[in-house]
Amino acid sequence: MFDGPEPIYVQIAQMIRAQVLAGELAEEEQVMSTTQFATTFRINPATAAKAFTGLVEEGVLYKRRGLGMFVAPGARERLLDSHRKAYFDDVLAPALAQADLLGISTDELVAYVLGTDGHRKPGGPTTTTEES
Amino acid sequence: MTPAPFGARLDDVVVRFGAQRRLTADGTAVKDEAGTALDGVTLDLRPGVITGVLGRNGAGKSTLLTLLAAFNRPTEGTVRVGAGDLLEDPWENPWVTANVQLVRESGDLMDDERVSETFKYYADLRPYWDADLAERLLDTFEVNPRKKPTALSRGKRSAVGATIGLAARAPLTILDEVYLGMDAPTRYAFYDEILADYAEHPRTILLSSHLVEEVERLFEDVVVLHRGKVLLAETAEEMQARGFSLTGPVAAVESLAGGRRELHRQRLGATVQVTLEGAPDGDTAAAARAAGVELGSLPLQDLFVRLTQPQQADGTSGAEVRR
Repeated sequence: MFDGPEPIYVQIAQMIRAQVLAGELAEEEQVMSTTQFATTFRINPATAAKAFTGLVEEGVLYKRRGLGMFVAPGARERLLDSHRKAYFDDVLAPALAQADLLGISTDELVAYVLGTDGHRKPGGPTTTTEES
Repeated sequence: MTPAPFGARLDDVVVRFGAQRRLTADGTAVKDEAGTALDGVTLDLRPGVITGVLGRNGAGKSTLLTLLAAFNRPTEGTVRVGAGDLLEDPWENPWVTANVQLVRESGDLMDDERVSETFKYYADLRPYWDADLAERLLDTFEVNPRKKPTALSRGKRSAVGATIGLAARAPLTILDEVYLGMDAPTRYAFYDEILADYAEHPRTILLSSHLVEEVERLFEDVVVLHRGKVLLAETAEEMQARGFSLTGPVAAVESLAGGRRELHRQRLGATVQVTLEGAPDGDTAAAARAAGVELGSLPLQDLFVRLTQPQQADGTSGAEVRR
């Protein structure tokens, strides 16, 4: 657990964001306390607290005095939003640049995405919250 | 109520052992050179954090820790311990000594008395002693308080020491290789108790251990001593950023590693794991993913071993630390 090259608090924040995105942590649901986090994963409580502070600033979590940390209303939507933006910039843009470099035409790409070129259609998103 | 945690500061601290006379085999007396346990240590220990004190045998860890608890005085330099801006010389200082709990690997137990008697002694000595916690911890570690330490195994004696260290709730708690003889489940229970109690009752904890892999994540700060000098003193996060690891097919790992200094290498068939100094480049992560190489964190153990390698301990390459 948390064996990546980033600081541990960054990895903890990523894990909680992923849980909110996947719906494993619902909005208004309480997340583990710093102490629970520290003892569960055997890490320094300050490391867990640092992750929580960052998530509060991002609006993913909020603090209820005396009760603990909870998932903020609208947190999932906000994360979806920012991840969607990042998807175009970080995932699709480099893929399209590569396609351009290899001389793959837009038509070929569209046919691939639609599954009309005889390929099996690539797995799309499992949930669509915004239907156009 | 939780008291203010204690911090400490050492300035140019030198500790030398006195020269000793001894008899050689032919009966002549010779005078041994005085040994230097600490050699110019300047160090700040932050209040309220868990600091790991690491070093090889004879590095000066225990000497440093006994200075803070006033079990010992420096030959030169100054030691200051206290809360906030009020830092005092710990030597024969009742305020400091009441608030500093040092547990050494011996456990500092009264061997001829029941464990419960040792606990009574500490209950008088330590203003924040928590008898309920002491009882619960002994239960967790499966130690019978009616037994005498001489009737306990090495691991159980260590568990009693660990219990004293935590139940004292001292603003400066020093655990010097307290885990000796404990089996793995007991050690992990000990780590969990440290974290849980520290989270509830924040205080300054100094923890020395040779089991670097087991304890590195407990630390917020880390101090590495080597041959009586401070090799490193920084946050665990800064230390973590000193390197990273790559695991995967040999050729792919080699090409990703580039010219970075290698701290450790482990090979298993066609797979290799290397620990490298420095930070991965911006595109290392993507390149690693494409090549089937796993990018991982720096095991503190690898850094520690490299830094304290004997052949480089003369201050040339190994002990040189880039700040």
